[in-house]
Amino acid sequence: MTPVLQWALPLALIMLALAMGCALLRMLKGPSAQDRVLALDCMALNGMLLMLVLGLHYSSKNYFEAALLLALLSFVSTMAMAKFLLRGEVIE
Amino acid sequence: MSPAAVAALPLWAEWLVAALVLLGAGLALLGTIGLLRLPTFFERVHAPAIISTLACWCIVWGSVLYFSMESGELALHALLIAAFVSITVPVSTIFLMRAALFRARQANDNVPPNLSAPAGSPRKSS
Repeated sequence: MTPVLQWALPLALIMLALAMGCALLRMLKGPSAQDRVLALDCMALNGMLLMLVLGLHYSSKNYFEAALLLALLSFVSTMAMAKFLLRGEVIE
Repeated sequence: MSPAAVAALPLWAEWLVAALVLLGAGLALLGTIGLLRLPTFFERVHAPAIISTLACWCIVWGSVLYFSMESGELALHALLIAAFVSITVPVSTIFLMRAALFRARQANDNVPPNLSAPAGSPRKSS
């Protein structure tokens, strides 16, 4: 039995963490507000994938709920912020 | 790390899960580097699309394969995430695009004019 997964999963975790760092960099230096919202959306998506890989790494199904919740909240927050950029208020 | 659970998988499934997860993580990194490096917002908004399509589906299928082989029965719950993401991400991206276009028109940037404006309203000539 080769320890394939024991090398592949931490490598994937490192790559996803690097991706989250890139998105954070874009969010910090993004010239306009929509750039920051897009970077936040991208970072939440990367975090969701990170949760899924973390669940594989620990061989636990509990991370699935966290990933689903993160996907849900990123959708709602991106919609709210896009609406704020469009109208200047979230709830009319 | 849980070596006992990892040792329960057959070798081909282990290689397949590793390949799918590494492919997904690499594509996610690629899309985010695109987000970081492309010059304007309207180019930048294309780059993360590969995360919500190919990268997400790769990692989700890897997860489905892993938990199915581990528990001995079909574990399709991770597909729920991919289905949800593939429904919601286009909606939020289009919404964000329209907001960015609106703001660019307000700022008189060089963007195409609004084609669906009412007939009586003055059309912006930018």
